[in-house]
Formats: sequence, C-alpha cells, structure tokens
Amino acid sequence: MWQATEDVLAPIATGAGILGTGGGGNPYIGQLRARQAIKRWGPVTVLAPEEVPEDARVICVGGIGAPTVGIEKVRDLQSYHALRAIEEFTGEKATALISNEIGGSNSVEVMIAAAKAGLPIVDADGMGRAFPEFQMKTFFVYGVPCCPMAIADEKGNSIIIRETITPAWAERLARSATIQMGCVACYAVAPMSAKQVRNTAVPNTLSLARDLGLAVQDAHDTGGDPLAAILDACPGKVLFSGKVVDLDRRTTGGFARGTLAIEGLDEHGGSRMVIDFQNENLVARVDGEIVCTVPDLICAVATDGGEPVTTELMRYGLRVTVLGFPAPALWTTPQGLAEAGPHHFGYDTEYIPLQVEGT
Amino acid sequence: MFIGVDVGGTNTDAVLMEGSHMAGAAKVPTTADVTSGIVGAVTELLKQSPGAPIDAVMVGTTHFTNALLERRDLAPTAVLRLCLPATQLLPPLVDWPDELKGAIGGHTFMVVGGNEFDGREISSLDRKGVRDAAREMVSRGIRAAAVCGVFSPVDPRHEDEAAAIIREETPDLRVCLSHENGRMGLLERENAAVLNACLGDVARRTVRGISEALNQLGIDAPLFMSQNDGTLMDTDFAARFPVLTISSGPTNSMRGAAWLSGITDGIVVDVGGTSTDVGALVKGFPRESAVAVHLAGVRTNFRIPDMVSIALGGGTVVTPDPWRMGPESVGYRLTDEALVFGGKTLTTTDLAVASGRADVGARKLVKGLDSSQVERALAEIRERVETAVDRVKLSGEDVPVVLVGGGSILLGDGLAGASEVLRPEHAGVANAIGAAIAQVGGQMERVYSLETGGRAEAITDCSAGAMQRAVTAGADPATVEVVDVEEVPLTYVPSNATLVRVRAVGNLALSSSGT
Repeated sequence: MWQATEDVLAPIATGAGILGTGGGGNPYIGQLRARQAIKRWGPVTVLAPEEVPEDARVICVGGIGAPTVGIEKVRDLQSYHALRAIEEFTGEKATALISNEIGGSNSVEVMIAAAKAGLPIVDADGMGRAFPEFQMKTFFVYGVPCCPMAIADEKGNSIIIRETITPAWAERLARSATIQMGCVACYAVAPMSAKQVRNTAVPNTLSLARDLGLAVQDAHDTGGDPLAAILDACPGKVLFSGKVVDLDRRTTGGFARGTLAIEGLDEHGGSRMVIDFQNENLVARVDGEIVCTVPDLICAVATDGGEPVTTELMRYGLRVTVLGFPAPALWTTPQGLAEAGPHHFGYDTEYIPLQVEGT
Repeated sequence: MFIGVDVGGTNTDAVLMEGSHMAGAAKVPTTADVTSGIVGAVTELLKQSPGAPIDAVMVGTTHFTNALLERRDLAPTAVLRLCLPATQLLPPLVDWPDELKGAIGGHTFMVVGGNEFDGREISSLDRKGVRDAAREMVSRGIRAAAVCGVFSPVDPRHEDEAAAIIREETPDLRVCLSHENGRMGLLERENAAVLNACLGDVARRTVRGISEALNQLGIDAPLFMSQNDGTLMDTDFAARFPVLTISSGPTNSMRGAAWLSGITDGIVVDVGGTSTDVGALVKGFPRESAVAVHLAGVRTNFRIPDMVSIALGGGTVVTPDPWRMGPESVGYRLTDEALVFGGKTLTTTDLAVASGRADVGARKLVKGLDSSQVERALAEIRERVETAVDRVKLSGEDVPVVLVGGGSILLGDGLAGASEVLRPEHAGVANAIGAAIAQVGGQMERVYSLETGGRAEAITDCSAGAMQRAVTAGADPATVEVVDVEEVPLTYVPSNATLVRVRAVGNLALSSSGT
C-alpha cells in the first residue's frame, strides 16, 4: 500500500508516457488535473492486487473521447459521475477503483474519481500499456462483462449501456454517445470482485509507471544513463537507436495511422527501423525484418534524456532510442493474442515473443 | 524610405532601406529605457542621410515582456472564462507562479457559455452572469479583462457578446479576447489573453514613448512593431497584443538573413559570441515551433520560431587539458580576453585565427597552438553545427545554409547537409533589415467538419478569414496572399473534423495607415 501524492504525479506521467507506446496524448493537462484533485481532496491510497479485500467491489473507470478536444474542453469529474451512475444502476457501491489503461494520460481519470470519492485504487489496470480500442482490456478477454457500463459528460448527462452482444458493440455505442456529449466523456463498468481483479488485471502497473519515471528523473539529476535506468526499472531491451528521417501520418476512421522511419546511428549505423502505428506503435522492423510486434511494447524515448516521445511529437531529426518490453503475460495467451496480437491489427505475421536477457 | 530598428540585449541596430537597397546602417548600445537607444540609432542614420524622406519606421523590441519578468506596472486584470458547466477543475490562472498571479490580483470568474468542438453551444451564454462579473470587476477597481470561451476559435460569438456586455457596464475597461490571439488549447490561449491584458498599460506607454521620440526627431511617419511571426503590427495592435513581440528578435534576424542572401527556403545559422541559433526558413519565414512556450513561468501557445540553440560561439572558452569547449564564454569581452586580442583566454576565435580561417586580432599570438589539435577542434565545432542543422531540417535533402553573426568565422564553407553555404554582406544588421522589410499578416484557425462542407470549401473559408485579418492589420488588399495552410485531422472524431490554419501576408498599405 502506498499513497499517490502530488510528488509522484510527474514520475507517473513520464512512466505512463513510456508505457503509452507512442499514444496517450498530452501529459500536461492530465498531470495538472490529478494535482488539482489531490490538492482538493487529498492523496489517493494505492492497494497492491493482493491487498484488495476479499469482499471488495472494484469499478474500472476511464476516459473516452478525443485528445485533441481534451486540451480545449478540459475534463472535469466525468469519471466520478460515471462511477456514481453505475453504482446507482447496479445498486452496488464501489470499495475500490481500477484504471482502464496505464499508458498515456488515461490513468489520471481513476485518480480523480478516487480522490473525489475518497476510495482507494488498485495498483493494476486493464492493459499494462496503451491500446487504441475500448474493448482491448484483459478484464474482458478473461470473462469480465463490459456491461452494464455508464457514460457521463460534464454537463450532467449520463447513460447506461445495459447490454451488448460483444465488447466491440459497447465501444461502438459508447463512442457515438461520446461524440454527442462533446468528446470528453468518461465511463465506468459494473463492479468486479477481488478475485476477478487478481485474475484478469495487469498487476503493479501504477508503481511500474512511477518507478520508470523516477528512474528517468534520477538519471537526469545525477547525470546517469537514462536508458540504462529505464531498463533497470523494467526488463526490456534496446531495439534500435537513431534519428527520425520520415513520418507518414494519416487519419482514417478516427485513428492516427502511419509509419515512422528511423535511420540508425552509432552501433545501428547503416540500418533503418520502420515502425507501423495506429495511435500506438504496432510493429517494428529493422531493414525489413520484424524485431517486435504487439502486444509487446515498442516505446520510443529521447536518446539523450529518456523522456517518452509520442507519435504526435515525432518529427524529422529527433534522436530517439526504441525500447522493447515483453507484453504482460495476460496478453500472450491464445485468448490475449486473439484480441491484441498482430492478426487483430491486420498483420499476417505470427507473434514472436521478444527475448530479453535475464528473464 | 523605411527605417528598421531592432533592439537587442546588447545593441540597438538601425538600417535605412530604399526599396531593396540598404542606404545606411547604425549600431549603438541598447539603453535601459529602450527609447534613448532607438533615438541614438535613428539620429545616427539621419546624420548619414540628411533629409531622407521616411515613409515608415519598424521597431523590433521585446521590452514589453521585461515588465512581466520584473512583475512591475502590471494592470490589475480579471479573467472571465465562458465555460460552465465544463472545465471547472482547472480554473483560470491554475498553473501560474504565485508572485505573478498576485501581481495581477488573481481575479477569476467562470460563467455559463462556450462551445463544443463542432460549434454547438455547451450552453447558451449567461448574459446576466457576465454582467454580474463585469460589475464585480468595476467594484474591485480592475482595469483590464481577458475573456476566454471554450472552443472560441471555432465560434467566437460568445466572447464577442461577453465583451459587448462588459463594455456596456464599463467602457474604460480594456478587454482582450482569446480567439483574437490564439489557437486551440484552452489554458494556453487563456493565459496569452491574460498576459496581453495585464501588459496593456506598459505597452501603450512604451509605444507612445517611441512614437513621441521619433516625432521629436522630425519623423512624421507611421510606427510599426515587429511581431513573432515576422510581420508588422500598428501601434494600436501592439498595445493590445504586446506579447506577440516576445521573439521578434530571432525572427527579424532570420528574415533579414533570408532577404540578404536571397534564400527563402533553407537554414539560417546565427553564430553569436556565446551561442549559435539554428532555424529553418520556409517561404522566407521562420518555421514555427509546435511546442508550448513559457513566458515568465506562464505556459502559452504563441507562435515563435522553432530554433535549436547550442552553447557554442565565437567567445566560447577552450580548455586544452582535459580537452573541452564551452559552455563558458567570454561573450562581449572577446576583444579583451581572447589570445589574438592580447588576452589570456583561449577561445574558439583563437582557433579560427590559428588555422588561417579567420583574420582578426594578431595571428602571431596563437602561433604556439598545436595545429592538429586546432583542426580537430574546428572539426568538432563543424560537427556540432551540422547536427543542429540536421535537427531543424524538414527532410533529409541538402538545403542552402545562410551563415550570419560575428562567430560565423569559426565555420568553413563545407557543411554536411548543405547544398551551398552563403555568407551575405551586412549580416551584422540582419535583424534590423528583417524589421524594415516586414510585411503585414493575418492568421485564422478553425475546426471544420469535412463531411458537411468539403475540404476545398473549408480552406477557402479559412483563407478568406486570414486575408481579411491581414487587411485589418494594415496590409494592402491587392498584395495579400496566403503563405501557409495547415490541416490537422482530429483523432477519435469520426465526423472527419479537421483543424485548418491559414496564414496570409501582404505589403504594408502606406496610404491607409496614417496614424
């Protein structure tokens, strides 16, 4: 058990940015909102999955909408309102909250709802990274129903999606409502039991984000090697290092899709990495050969500072190092891969787990 | 003839331009009050060309913003956000430094209003709420107000209405509207409006001071100020949007370099005494940065040139053992401290002289330097500049590189990534030339739904708005043209909503601007 205070928000934002694998949006607003919530309602208690009481009712909350809208119509307490709506509908009060997605700035929503409601949060989430679609959560892969689900806006509107035939339908309906609500809504899903949390959530991801952020910060303060510090905090490997030479980005179906090309420097001189992305990085190739695919994490960080570089911030000339981290085990089973493996994203290739020394 | 003046941290430069011919130049030390330095430089110019007919004076200065850094003469300012029931968790001024917030009074109001991303209203504007806020401002003795509506760049009507209500209540209160100076990003745009509002008094006084001083010199021509994007604003506009001057210095320098070299697309490398600034020119204008800019600790989204600075210049100190260059620099004391000038400090300039690349000071004073060491050091300097050039480039293609600044003697004529290396004459006053040749611009940014309207229609509409703004700002309508169109699709919004941003510029309309 630990306390999420104002001090840990900056490291969490950095770490969540790395785990965001290229997606995740603007970290500034999210961090500021979490800071404001903690200032107003106090720090948030974080429970390890094994510390969640047996009779707990754990509700997953998250944001849904458009990051580009979120910098203009800044979110308020939508996650709290969605929480109250689902509690009222199900007649069950939450005793703890859990994040939908650790990667990027989405995990902020759970902290804000928890601070306002005075509830603890579980040190875990439904992805262990970032993914572009709502239904790509380990909870749903392992049998937790995604409905009923509440969606709330900032105006006082909330709706319940009572039942859908698949989680993908829930995403479709939720997104339509979200657009009408003005694109910065939040959702809350019916309560999970402690057992469900322990079996279906990716564990210890908030503390991992914090530790990654602290590693970068510490390397910064002491003049250490930030890349080594990151790999110390989370086992993984350097896939490639070089400079960005090309970025082909287009928006189709509401997603930012495209490719990023990096020309190797130093030990990777003479080689070229190409990364395909759909909001998040999906497949990395070096000289045409696949070196890492989803659900493993492909994370670009600034070579000299270790800060995460999102696809939005990529541009010609940036010096980046691409790190690979093995996916959480829940994603590498046949069920996990069916939902978030290379095939799901339209690739012909099989998932080949990233090999990392010492694991 | 035009007079261009650039007030730098150290020197105030002025040039007299007759069409595309430079008829005179002057350099004097910058003074604390700014105005005396300008008067000194202009007086020197007029001495060189007595009786020259002056049609306009263009001044680049960042003086307005000093008041922010020193937190003096700031007007008590109210912030009125039109947003409720949205965006309450982060109230106005939320991330401001406490001292600065205190200096302007920390007066914030939020009322019902604002828009959605697609132009719908979040709620209709609470006119009574605005009126109540305005009365409260009056009772608190507030002199300036910033009004910021959610998604006002999409639909500015709530801001306009709120301004009208405030003026009804208190005609003397100066109102800044966020949609007039900003792009998407509520907090950053709101902050920019607040900074403009609180600096209004200082800006008005400074502009009037310069104007009166020029009149006393017998110059009866209109005065214009340089803004960050390399265009001009008239004095009224400058008093309303003073923060638009914050990076006029580097912008003028790059624009001047473009003009002097005839290069409109390429890279400008400005090697000073302490640092080297590298930026990209696109159609004769500096490419703008996409990242947030902090001013006196306040996050804003002003458009400033996207530059890479490295701590390396003509005065950079070199230590032989262990071998190291910089970041320390002797700066303006170069002519006292460098070896070639009889000083005791080994600097990069000494290396350039030792190698025969430059001829300043006395070469015999650096005879003892190990020539292979000198060559290695100069190669390292070249590599560091080449890396910076590469970082500001838009693509991998070789492009022309323009070298300006006194420290450019450190560099030879070969640079990796450069298709050619140019060293224009008069590069020492490139900044003042940049001020003198500036045009008048206008910018417009809106979100369009391409499903209902179509792309071409959206761009036409946005272009018309930008061109109208350029004319309003003082451009000759016959010369206004669109120089930049940017489209940013909004992700996760399937209705094909796209942010369109258009910039237009035109020549100064002299006949219609006789203020």
